[in-house]
Amino acid sequence: MTQTSQQPRTTVTRSVVARSPERPFALVRHSLALGRRSLIKTLRTPEQLLDVTLQPIIFTLVYVYLLGGAVAGSTHDYLQFLLPAILVQTVLFGGMATGVNLNTDIGKGVFDRFRSLPIGRSAPLIGSVLGDLIRYVVATVSLMTTGFVLGFRIQTDPLSALLACLLVITFAFCLSWIFVLVGMLVREPGGVQGIAFLVLFPLTFGTSMIAPKETLPSWLQAWVNVNPVSHVMEASRALMTGGAAGAHVAWSLGFSALLLAVFAPLAVRAYRRRS
Amino acid sequence: MTFAFEAEGLVKRYGKTVALAGIDLAGRQGSVLGVLGPNGAGKTTAVRILATLLRPDEGRASVGGLDVVRQAAKVRRMIGLTGQYASVDEDLTGLENLILIGQLLDLRRPDAKARATELLADFGLAEAGGRPAKTYSGGMRRRLDLAASLVGRPDVIYLDEPTTGLDPVKRDDVWTIIRSLVADGVTVLLTTQYLEEADALADDISVIDHGKVIANGSPAELKRIVGGQTVLARPADPARLDDAAAILAAVAGRPADSPSRGVVAVPVTGDAAFTEIVRRLADTGVAVTELSLRLPSLDEVFFTLTGRHTEEDAA
Repeated sequence: MTQTSQQPRTTVTRSVVARSPERPFALVRHSLALGRRSLIKTLRTPEQLLDVTLQPIIFTLVYVYLLGGAVAGSTHDYLQFLLPAILVQTVLFGGMATGVNLNTDIGKGVFDRFRSLPIGRSAPLIGSVLGDLIRYVVATVSLMTTGFVLGFRIQTDPLSALLACLLVITFAFCLSWIFVLVGMLVREPGGVQGIAFLVLFPLTFGTSMIAPKETLPSWLQAWVNVNPVSHVMEASRALMTGGAAGAHVAWSLGFSALLLAVFAPLAVRAYRRRS
Repeated sequence: MTFAFEAEGLVKRYGKTVALAGIDLAGRQGSVLGVLGPNGAGKTTAVRILATLLRPDEGRASVGGLDVVRQAAKVRRMIGLTGQYASVDEDLTGLENLILIGQLLDLRRPDAKARATELLADFGLAEAGGRPAKTYSGGMRRRLDLAASLVGRPDVIYLDEPTTGLDPVKRDDVWTIIRSLVADGVTVLLTTQYLEEADALADDISVIDHGKVIANGSPAELKRIVGGQTVLARPADPARLDDAAAILAAVAGRPADSPSRGVVAVPVTGDAAFTEIVRRLADTGVAVTELSLRLPSLDEVFFTLTGRHTEEDAA
């Protein structure tokens, strides 16, 4: 091992750069630097992206070919109905890993180092959430590609479809603070995953994603009507296949802001307390 | 006297477990304070409080006169921390790890990169800087960890068992680095389970056990508590080992021991015996390459203070 034969020099230089000056926008800079860390880590172990790459393909195939004929009379019509909505489920599931990874990460020594540095307490959490945006992008690309291969066609225009994707990612980013909070409160990564599933199931399946709302029992329709994710799915459908998007987009953005405002501070507080 | 850091009456409880039961520690500016104690004595808890990672239940602690709880943000600008386990990111390269710390310390990216490159060279990691830290050997990882705690040129550095698990050569590397830091004016708090390490590096030692300081002093003072000294001789000609042993035994009035090959040793009381041994060795023509009057090891100190050896767990 040649690398171990290098001897450290006996003097440790303390002179080249003066002690760091105070600079503005510290939280933004620190969060971006930590987001970059998170991104590098993901790109260096690409198998971490396997779930967000394969899951959309599998789910889409299963739904379209198992339910397409029964629900919509043809797999093609069903694909037009399903895809903009399953996009939401796919991207939201992609955010679960943020909580699981953070739960594992904060037990490691490197988080002790972050805590001992003069940075905002929220910076390591914001950094992780920002870095995981790559997962949403990969999930979106994988799902849309699968859709196009199977015959999905955008009936509006490419810009609206892009806006739909951005809206879904924005909502997922805000919702993922719930997973961050769970990651801070639960001891084991496995527990984080379990609770995250419990949160996501009613949110994503209690919608008109798989079948039209009118076909659902009335108690379920009541939940679908108040479920924030319904609005994101309807906004995505309207932006990709036509219809009035305005109200659904507004509701989606409103719920995004609410989720962020409630769960980001709670997650940071839980992080501070956990040590 | 100016203290770079001070802790007074620190108490920390975890449920019914008392990790710290009122600990006082103080590090003189530019010195090494060795905190010595067995596993579970409370060393890491004390360091975590001084490093602002943990709030004490009682007592107070300050770094450079700044309170670690109320002025935590300012304290964090003055300290560097190296934990028991390497606190670097395994997936990032050595260079990326140090640049990240630099950026979190508000250095502009080019400055952070310059500082990172400089530290990698200082720590013999220049060639390895481009590889992920998970490919590093244990010694390299520990050096990177030390480098990471120095990016911000801290005034006070906490080294929590920095050589645990390292082989003797790598341990010596770390010791060399620690000595150079002190030569640079940095104040070091070093926790260790190794008595030899505290003896080799520390100016002052606080021995802690069950969350309390049970002894304070210089290494020599602590060793004097046990009382008695040891004369050690290494004859130039190994064939004269028995002659040297006979002289030592005759002066001390008890049989000489051979603690390692080519060396004889005997416990004595008072340094008059040492002078006598020197005279008799010269008279009989036994040349020596090494002749010393030594204090007992710190392990004996711990045994005297607690009735236990350091190897026995605090449980």
